[in-house]
Amino acid sequence: MSSPVLETHGLRKAFGGNVVLDGVSLAFQPRRLSAIIGPNGAGKTTCFNLLTGFLRPDEGEIRFKGRDISALRPDRRARLGICRSFQILNLFDEYTVLENIRVAVPAMRRRGFDCWTPAGDLAEAEDRAARIIRLIGLAGREHVMAKHMSYGQRRLLEIGVALAGEPEVLLMDEPTSGLGSRPMETLRELVQRLAEGLTIVVIEHDMDFVLSLSQHVAVLHRGTVIAEGPPDAIRDNDEVREAYLGGLRYMRTL
Amino acid sequence: MLRAWTPPPMLALFGVFLVLPAVLPWIGGYTYLGTEVMIWAIFALGYNLLLGYTGLPAFGHGAFFGMAGYFLGMSQKWWTGGLWLPLLIGILGTVACGALVACFVARKRGIYFALLTIAFGVMFWFLVFVLDTWTGGEDGLTGINRLSVTLPGWGAIPLRDNTAFYYFVYAFFVGATVLLWRIVNSPFGQVIRAIKQSEARARAVGYDTALYKWAVFTLSCAFAGLAGGLYTLARYGAFAEPMSLQQSGNVVLMCLIGGGFASFYGPALGVVVFLVLRDVFSTLTDHWMLLYGLLFMGIILFLPEGILGLVQRFRRPVGFHDTRAAETARTADAPPVTVIKPERRP
Repeated sequence: MSSPVLETHGLRKAFGGNVVLDGVSLAFQPRRLSAIIGPNGAGKTTCFNLLTGFLRPDEGEIRFKGRDISALRPDRRARLGICRSFQILNLFDEYTVLENIRVAVPAMRRRGFDCWTPAGDLAEAEDRAARIIRLIGLAGREHVMAKHMSYGQRRLLEIGVALAGEPEVLLMDEPTSGLGSRPMETLRELVQRLAEGLTIVVIEHDMDFVLSLSQHVAVLHRGTVIAEGPPDAIRDNDEVREAYLGGLRYMRTL
Repeated sequence: MLRAWTPPPMLALFGVFLVLPAVLPWIGGYTYLGTEVMIWAIFALGYNLLLGYTGLPAFGHGAFFGMAGYFLGMSQKWWTGGLWLPLLIGILGTVACGALVACFVARKRGIYFALLTIAFGVMFWFLVFVLDTWTGGEDGLTGINRLSVTLPGWGAIPLRDNTAFYYFVYAFFVGATVLLWRIVNSPFGQVIRAIKQSEARARAVGYDTALYKWAVFTLSCAFAGLAGGLYTLARYGAFAEPMSLQQSGNVVLMCLIGGGFASFYGPALGVVVFLVLRDVFSTLTDHWMLLYGLLFMGIILFLPEGILGLVQRFRRPVGFHDTRAAETARTADAPPVTVIKPERRP
């Protein structure tokens, strides 16, 4: 087995006396879709914030391609190729779809201190943005302001902005959150296509979505990993069923 | 191509100010008022990079406007002499102080940012009185000269002449406005507006937001330095009063009433309204400050986006940045925009 792109060793994070993560060690293999699941409050989003640098771990370390990145700020990690989407939509609302994507493209980022060239004249950034927009299926809506789009399309744009950073590892925090069944299908197809060439880590509530798409699942419960393995094994794991008993609504899909 | 330099509204603005000295006497104005408007417009447009474009509430910016005058004056009186070099030193000195202050404030947010900028503003204001052997303290630094500008083919033009000085300032006003327009439409401009909309997202896509905030603060100080230098030349002296907290508040008001959040031109319009009304009201009544205050309260309450914000309520933005993109959306075969309420999670 090849070595993991992104791995954590004994991550611990507490807010005040509340220990949210305790000794979490995870490894994400290249070009594989891994999922982190768990009931509400299990520490999934905190784990993401640690991976992307929005929080610092109290203990433990995070390695990206063997290099310790625990102390790097979020923007440094993004430039290394760890890009994320947010659970609560976090878009540039006053920007059009094109502007949202373009500002996240590395070709634009490298020119970030250019105060003279009109932003629209950076052909490389423009091309790259156009490709991303086609990929997420928003072609034809380039010039619609983000705040004027439907929720489903904003969800797609949220992923598009993360993709624009040309990531090696794409972290998606509940991409299906709040989606109806039709946009969910669009999203499923998109994620399936992305998973062919990209290392993806996804946090998810929707079991169907996770178990059908992912190759590797880690289950977080009360800040620790209680199970890890291929989706089929997770489905049949007793401890996982136990952890989810509180939330009966997930039982149907399990 | 021309749009990238000066879009039509800006050309109109330049046109108006070009003929203004000829028109002003007819409508009861005077050339100096036009000069003052252009100087404050440079300051306010540059300040709006911070307030309107990056969303940073810097409340002590008058300090930079004022300190440029002292740098210019000290340089002209005791060091380099001349006109151009002191003007440049005024800008560079202000930029240096701005860059230093920016190091302390760039990582702060919201109310902490505001308070810290106020604190620095007050500190510089006090410094003027502490260093009164150089700055002249209460009396100001007087005896600063508007020397002559030599233009090829025109010979030496003495800037003591008010009309000549008007066009001297006009040249800087045009240059600064065009430069600012290029900045807000550049990649840098896109990044600072992105930071205003969501700093977390800007970091997540790889921008060192603190560095950008430092840069935009420093950049706005360059425009404050230019405007402050010209203001000092206009008044033949550098005084502490533009550095006071109240004057720092005035530039914020100018941006707000004109519509700095909605339009590139908002701050310039705000300056016109602010200075012209000051003149009009003070001739009408002794209690003009009261009228003035009430008017601004009304604008803030009923037009929170400023005067140009009102215009833009009824049409697409005309000029916060280059709207070529927005126009294609209107004309091309873009599907109609639908707003669907977000579906709730089960």
